[in-house]
Amino acid sequence: MATLIDPARLRPATPEPEPEPHVRRTVGSVLLGGTSQGFVLIWGVMVVFPLLWALVSSFKSDPEIFKSPWGLPAVWHWDNFERAWNESHIGTYFLNSVIVVCCGVVLTLVLSSAVAYVLARFEFPGNRILYYVFVGGMVFPGFLALVPLFFVVQNLGLLNTYLGLILVYATHGMSFSVFFLTAFFRTQSKELAEAALVDGCSHWGVLFRIMLPLARPGLVSIGIFQFLGMWNEYLLPLVLNTDEQRYLVTQGLANIAVTQGYHSDFSGLFAGLTISILPVLAVYLVFHKQISTGMTAGALK
Amino acid sequence: MHHGKYRFVFSLLLVPVGLYAVFVISPYLQAFSIALTDWQGMTADSHFIGFDNFVKLFHDPVFWTALRHNVFLLVSIPLVIVSLSLFFSAMLNYQGGVPGSRIYKVVYFFPSVLSIAVVGVLWQFVFEPRNGLLNGFLQAVGLGDLKQIWLGDGKTALGSIMAVVVWGGVGFYVVLFTAAMSAIPRDLYEAALLDGAGPWQSFWRLTLPLIWGSVQVAIAYLVIGALDMFALVQVLSVGPGGPDDATQVISLYMYTNAFTYGNFGYAAAIGVALFAINLILTLLTFRLTRRERVEY
Repeated sequence: MATLIDPARLRPATPEPEPEPHVRRTVGSVLLGGTSQGFVLIWGVMVVFPLLWALVSSFKSDPEIFKSPWGLPAVWHWDNFERAWNESHIGTYFLNSVIVVCCGVVLTLVLSSAVAYVLARFEFPGNRILYYVFVGGMVFPGFLALVPLFFVVQNLGLLNTYLGLILVYATHGMSFSVFFLTAFFRTQSKELAEAALVDGCSHWGVLFRIMLPLARPGLVSIGIFQFLGMWNEYLLPLVLNTDEQRYLVTQGLANIAVTQGYHSDFSGLFAGLTISILPVLAVYLVFHKQISTGMTAGALK
Repeated sequence: MHHGKYRFVFSLLLVPVGLYAVFVISPYLQAFSIALTDWQGMTADSHFIGFDNFVKLFHDPVFWTALRHNVFLLVSIPLVIVSLSLFFSAMLNYQGGVPGSRIYKVVYFFPSVLSIAVVGVLWQFVFEPRNGLLNGFLQAVGLGDLKQIWLGDGKTALGSIMAVVVWGGVGFYVVLFTAAMSAIPRDLYEAALLDGAGPWQSFWRLTLPLIWGSVQVAIAYLVIGALDMFALVQVLSVGPGGPDDATQVISLYMYTNAFTYGNFGYAAAIGVALFAINLILTLLTFRLTRRERVEY
């Protein structure tokens, strides 16, 4: 019986002077408040500092990077960016990334919303199985499929093509998108769709004129999420896209860093780094609410 | 009506399911059959060799080195990241949030939106022995003795790469945990305060049990992530995988086997082994971290 009594509940019964714990608590909380702010600030600095350092370094000249790694540049070298963009081909890589990622995001949204809509709204034999086939893709590590995927793409003649990468990105983004959008379509009212059907609207009309416009918030969230994921993808292009002309920005940057090492164009490399960091940070700062909720939504449910 | 419905369902599903089957399902299935061959890739010359690849794998010292590194990472990364994230989340959430907690959450999240490859290139500069940020900082604060060749030294290389994972990972889990913490009703804390619980106690007895679901998910994510590690090791380490296999991990070993040596059969077997380990660990993580679900 005694084990059932929570020791914390016995506390008030012990004769303890009332003000004493109160005082201790406020002193403790003031102290804790102060130190907590300190730690929180230190981590913030640790996160921002390397990024800021890279940004400032990208405006320096090569000797300056070596001689005064901490100071501000004496002259702001905007030409570093020009060199990185043109000579190191970061510009080409950037455009390659834009093409592949934008097409990939749109295609994965189109494919996934078609599947999700059908799975959420229609009863047919095999509905559950199909749902698990798609969602099951989330638990398989990409590494398992890597070798065969290379040969599938090769056999279709799609190695080193935009189309090959776009199709692979789009299909590999489907598992999570179908999972997310099916849940989204399920929450939408059936009555509206049925009313439209009764009014003589076709199934296609219901989908395009009612359901998809209503699903816009969901499509936007998943779109941003997929954009970031695809923009940051590294392994797939490394394997499927080995033509230097078609390198994506992550791949191109890593390649420059690895092959050039520390020998040549330091400042240009920092400029390239800045070029590849700033757009994603900008997208994040604009959409940060949707992104953090979107990214953590899967984990919280 | 019914006829139209099935035709509609079929025509909507045809293309997506077809593409998904070609680019997702078929590679996953083929992985298992390729793993049972001695395929070298470029020729059609491939023989069924049963489980020989797995036997070879079992006797491959590099595989065991890689596995040991992965095991080290998958224990230490979740431990460090979850502890730090819980600590910062509790601090940010303390008494309804320190001033500027919203800005901190946005800033902490920065590394999560960057490509791992880009993060790798950035940290290459941080770790650079002569002019890098880290050694420069140590010199500046008078700790010059602690300067290291970080990535070039077998003793510090794996730890350095792990530090990058922690730097990049904490923000995401802070956002995850603070979201979970803010869902806890405030009056529970007030009740705990009235019962005489200090901040420490209310964290361990109240906050942690109530967000345990999120912690569990975080651990599972991080364990799976620690099994991958490909991009960072490939960009950051010398070799890659070096010096002298000091940073070798299974994913990199598989990649090298497939796309450098052309041992596709063997690489597929490594992939299948990685998948099996992955599956076991995910199940184990959920099993070991299982607690009574607390409703509130």
